[in-house]
Amino acid sequence: MLNDLRRSLLFIPGNSPSMLQNGGVFEADSVILDLEDAVAPGEKDAARFLIAHSLRTVDYGQSEKMVRINPLDTFAAADIAAIVPCAPDALLVPKVESAEDILKVVAMVEAAEQPGQKPVKLVALLETPRGIVEAYPIAKSHERVVALALGAEDYTAGLGATRTREGQEIFTARTLVINAAAAAGIQSIDTPFTDANDDEGLKADTELCRHLGFNGKLSINPRQIDVIHGVFNPSSDDVDWAEQVLQAIRQAEAEGSGVASLNGKMVDLPIVNRAKRTLELARLVGLTGRDES
Amino acid sequence: MKNAIGREIPQALAGFASVKPFAGAFATPPDMARRAPLVKTVKPQTGKLLNNLEEVFDRIEIKNGMTLSFHHHLRNGDGVVNMVLELAAKRGLKDLTVALSSIFPVHAPLIEHIKNGVVSGLDTNYMSGPVAQAVSRGLLDKPVVMRTHGGRARAIECGQMVVDVAFIAAPAADPYGNLNGAQGSAACGSMGYAFPDAQYAQNVVAVTDHLVEYPLAPISIPQTRVDYVVKVDKVGDPKGIVSGTTKITKDPVGLKIASLAAKVIEAAGLIKDGFSFQTGAGGASLATAHFVRQMMEKKSVVGSFALGGITGYMVEMLEKGLFRRLLDVQSFDLDAVRSMGENADHLEIGADFYASPFNNGCAVNQLDAVILGATEIDTAFNVNVVTGSDGVIMGGSGGHSDAAAGAKVTIIVANLLRGRLPIIVDKVLTATTPGETIDVLVTERGIAVNPQRAELKAQLLAAGLPVKDIDELKALAEKLAGAPQAIKTGEKIVAVVEYRDGTVIDVVRQVEG
Repeated sequence: MLNDLRRSLLFIPGNSPSMLQNGGVFEADSVILDLEDAVAPGEKDAARFLIAHSLRTVDYGQSEKMVRINPLDTFAAADIAAIVPCAPDALLVPKVESAEDILKVVAMVEAAEQPGQKPVKLVALLETPRGIVEAYPIAKSHERVVALALGAEDYTAGLGATRTREGQEIFTARTLVINAAAAAGIQSIDTPFTDANDDEGLKADTELCRHLGFNGKLSINPRQIDVIHGVFNPSSDDVDWAEQVLQAIRQAEAEGSGVASLNGKMVDLPIVNRAKRTLELARLVGLTGRDES
Repeated sequence: MKNAIGREIPQALAGFASVKPFAGAFATPPDMARRAPLVKTVKPQTGKLLNNLEEVFDRIEIKNGMTLSFHHHLRNGDGVVNMVLELAAKRGLKDLTVALSSIFPVHAPLIEHIKNGVVSGLDTNYMSGPVAQAVSRGLLDKPVVMRTHGGRARAIECGQMVVDVAFIAAPAADPYGNLNGAQGSAACGSMGYAFPDAQYAQNVVAVTDHLVEYPLAPISIPQTRVDYVVKVDKVGDPKGIVSGTTKITKDPVGLKIASLAAKVIEAAGLIKDGFSFQTGAGGASLATAHFVRQMMEKKSVVGSFALGGITGYMVEMLEKGLFRRLLDVQSFDLDAVRSMGENADHLEIGADFYASPFNNGCAVNQLDAVILGATEIDTAFNVNVVTGSDGVIMGGSGGHSDAAAGAKVTIIVANLLRGRLPIIVDKVLTATTPGETIDVLVTERGIAVNPQRAELKAQLLAAGLPVKDIDELKALAEKLAGAPQAIKTGEKIVAVVEYRDGTVIDVVRQVEG
């Protein structure tokens, strides 16, 4: 049911055979095989070959297979031509600044897809001030776009802002991305927490992003996955609440009432869907009834 | 003949006392008494301090064919073995047996001494570096005897290994033969592996570069067992003796394995007051300690003791009240050295106390959990920690078989693929630790439980851990990397691998080429 589970999206350098081979071991919801920042210009062709080979041969288990291509103005065309026929689940498109950018990518993807291939999804990585302003048109640009992701390092560099552990400087960008994605009915993914040695900082940052409304978080290190899952997994309170919501619905149906309420508040369809999703996630990750946060 | 785990071993072996086949981890009971060394007397006003090693050789009359013992606490910084053997060579001695608890790269000069006939036998618990490589290629006529740490103590106590002269590298000593490892520029912490040598050797010589006024305090090895003390300029190179800090691995795969290993310990119900634990100094082992520590802190558990080679990380756990005692047979870093000198709850123990199977109860018997490594493991859970994938000797049991036999839960942590080779094989090249003493194999791609431990398997499954059949894990590894071809070895037996009870668990054959 939850085939769009994207609590954690783990970057794997595309030029490291051992890491590509082990990418499925960490149980991230998505692995992002990276052709962009992790790979020097002179190694792009080798990384393309390695990733293409990995997509065909490595078992990534339950993880969604995503590939971060290079920006449109650099190597995107070559990346798409090499990678799309190897059937990744999705592409992470960096530095998206407009709906037109997405449409250009879609055209290239369609040209590269093989007959009968499952359509490749797109996640738009917004990492420039203009990209943030254009978040909603980008989110609505094409049905292949399943999520917006925030890339805060380049974005704050573009602003001239200073990155902090607490992230006040990206608060606006975060809420704009979340809002645009929600308005378009797609997911929102938060920027990575870049200090891989600071588990406490990662936990606090992930809790903030979850409370703001993000559906998941990018990750630069496998060690971060457990912490991110811990935050996004439902707590026992969440599960109790969800069970009460469904109980209220069942009771209303039994009483022939069209309107259910819980603790004096009306239970409408979005709430029911959220409750169902919570219970399904709790079941899926084996946490039903347990608080792992 | 075949032993109890199906290894082909010879009925008799030139240069090796008597071959008793391995019959099972606890199947061979002791049938001997402890050996008593010569009784001596030292008259009042008689000094023990000699001017140099030459004088030691004159006083003791070290002769051809003797067994000289050494311990390895100075590790790759040791200077004493080379110093003593150089003198033996200069004096034209031949046919010596060197009983050195572990052999490191720094001991490379042994190769020349073997070629020149000064040394004709080796007895050790661990070998790595040039000597191990040369032995694997047939350097020695007689097979090397490879024991466990507990087995070496047993062999000395039972008189199977009679030491004529024990040379004890003493970081600190007084002129009347009280020794410790806590002081001096070569401080190595515990001197536990030298305890049986000091207790049972015919002659005991302390070699030190840090002589203090009588009486030294604290005392690890007492004056009552030491014949002579000799001061030299340096017993070794402190850089090779201890590392600054032993660090937790940052390798994500190693951390994943460590995290799973800790979850195995938790699922087995062991994280509770009185918990006892042994882990090595390797990055992944330390990482397991880190995850275990988090579980202990979360549950406010106070453990009983941590055992074995002690690291700064264990010292920190002691100081934070997570363990009540450390039992230290070998200190791995400077924090451990400092702690042993300062903290009354950080106890120095001998190799016999640590792990000898033939006494009234050794410390490994009290272990709840131990984390160990492997170069190979087979589908019957037999482990190889002696030879590498090329058949060359690159290690040894050390305390591996001892701790595996003693602990309630023995966990092997290993990457499913080591380089491009699967860690799981049909039959290990060299059996070191028998499968019956291994409970769980933890890899990054799943956990295998010894079929003899059905209850434990059920506990791990109930905890939601990724338990798989060991054959399934093997197939997964082979799918990724292919099945490796068996190594061809020559006929000559270059080492005999003794189990801790003195039976022969396997032999190592010469590598070709």
